[in-house]
Amino acid sequence: MKFPYSETVLEHFRRPRNVGKIEDADGKAIEGSPACGDMVSVYINVEPETKKISDIKFESYGCASNIATGSIITELAKGKTLDEAKKITWKQASDALGGLPKIKAHCSVLAVEGLRSAIQNYEERHGLVKEQKKTTVDIVRRRLKKVMNPITGLDLVRTKMIKDIELKNGTVKVVVDLPPEHQFARSMKEEIIEKIEPLWDITEVSVEFTE
Amino acid sequence: MTDRSVYLDNAAVTRVDERVFEAMKPYFFDTYAVATSEFGYSQGIEAREALDDAREKLAAYLGAENEEFIFTSGSTESSNMAIKGVTLALGQKKGKHIIVSKIEDFPVLHSAQALEKQGFGVSYLDTDSDGLVDPDRLRDSITGETILVSIQHANQEIGTVQDIEGIGRVCRDKGVLFHTDATHTFTRVPLNVKKIPVDLITIAAHTIHGPRGIGGLYIRKGTRIAKWMDGGFQEFNLRAGLENIPGAVGFAKAVELVTTEETEMLQAMRDRLIDRILAEIPDTTLNGHRIMRLPQNANITFHFVEGESITLHLDMHGFAVNTGSACFSRSLEGSHVIFGIGGDHERAHGSIRFTFGRYNTMEEVDAVIQVLAQIVSELRAISPLGKDN
Repeated sequence: MKFPYSETVLEHFRRPRNVGKIEDADGKAIEGSPACGDMVSVYINVEPETKKISDIKFESYGCASNIATGSIITELAKGKTLDEAKKITWKQASDALGGLPKIKAHCSVLAVEGLRSAIQNYEERHGLVKEQKKTTVDIVRRRLKKVMNPITGLDLVRTKMIKDIELKNGTVKVVVDLPPEHQFARSMKEEIIEKIEPLWDITEVSVEFTE
Repeated sequence: MTDRSVYLDNAAVTRVDERVFEAMKPYFFDTYAVATSEFGYSQGIEAREALDDAREKLAAYLGAENEEFIFTSGSTESSNMAIKGVTLALGQKKGKHIIVSKIEDFPVLHSAQALEKQGFGVSYLDTDSDGLVDPDRLRDSITGETILVSIQHANQEIGTVQDIEGIGRVCRDKGVLFHTDATHTFTRVPLNVKKIPVDLITIAAHTIHGPRGIGGLYIRKGTRIAKWMDGGFQEFNLRAGLENIPGAVGFAKAVELVTTEETEMLQAMRDRLIDRILAEIPDTTLNGHRIMRLPQNANITFHFVEGESITLHLDMHGFAVNTGSACFSRSLEGSHVIFGIGGDHERAHGSIRFTFGRYNTMEEVDAVIQVLAQIVSELRAISPLGKDN
């Protein structure tokens, strides 16, 4: 038999670790939505003094790489301090799983983001976040680093796909260097909007493609 | 994991029947010459006769004349040829507008999109929530510029069979050519050109236990169509290229082997699968029409779970099926068919297509349902959706 994933991915897919919900979790986050495809929820409990993650659980409405990444991320984060856990990258998760197909980066990165968002949620609820900053082109660019280019499995910024970012009165225009009829154009556009729109002072996001 | 291997993706391609393969063999090893003219050498004449014989059988099956049927490399080529050949022949003279449905398979849909770039107008017709095109709505979309309507006989994913006769009548009334992609209905759902006003039909062997790489296009006598492939004078000077005689012979043999009883058996498997899943697994939705439906197709959405996760689990249990989930596709886009019938991402995400063929059994149907019930409940247990809170 020949499966499209590594043995470790299949193992975590078959028997995902730390599945479920933590009632009254100290921090929690939902990344993605049923409307755009995969979705992941992450719940954490934090040791108040040491700021270590004492318990972590996840739920997934997603494909095999999404489930396996959710599973591995809980194993990687458990027992780590928030600052350590924040730094866990998609690459580390992928390596721990024996490698994920590049084209699946976008489904699996969701779990990594779920963890970061759950930590952020904890920090916000516990007064650990500084004041909200005004969105800059730089902040937009940083968010675009979380959007994967499925052609390479690397992010849009690193693969130089972002041609232009315009920021004006709460509206953002992103120009992507890809023909509009490209097979990935639509899913990329959806993902860009999904990443930029939650910024607190942004009201409208548009995505344009080059010819 | 088991050593069972149950193939339920017969809409993608079917296993070749040994009898088909046996029929083809002599044309690889004995009568391997090209089809020569009637004044050629004996082996070439024999090859010619085999090709003519295969053509005659296939044309007759559709109720057509031999000269109205040409061989192609498969359904993709047939649909490309029908759409691009007609628009090339009529585009300058008659008009630059064509109509297709939103849920056509890619050969038709992407041919239409290619024409759009060349300046043709294309109307993409909506369907109802079962995937049916309304002939009256089609009538309203036809303009003085319209030269061709291309609407599939049955859908590749959700299995809905169109009112091909009603659609054909509208086209005939309006004097517009009508092409239908019958890749999935051929031999399973009756289609006779003497009874149904259709001008071009795409068919292929790969869906009926014939070889891949061979298909056909019916072209009603008098239909204006441009030569598709330049080269020699093969296929009535419409499609150049060395004839695929083993393929043509295999195609004709495959058609000969299809029986009504077999089609009824496929339908019984389909009905059992649909009825049992809808009754036994909660939160499931049938995609496509329940009655106007391909006998060999079932397509069901399992809510709150993702299709690739289901297919991978099924694969590990030895079952091969297909899904409309974006995660399974090369483009990372959800099924355009599910979107086309008004479904959302969520419906496409958890949709599974089961397509049956000659080598499936009722025991396999029961086995897949049993495994599915288990898989879906396990995946729902880890899903954040569909819980009471």
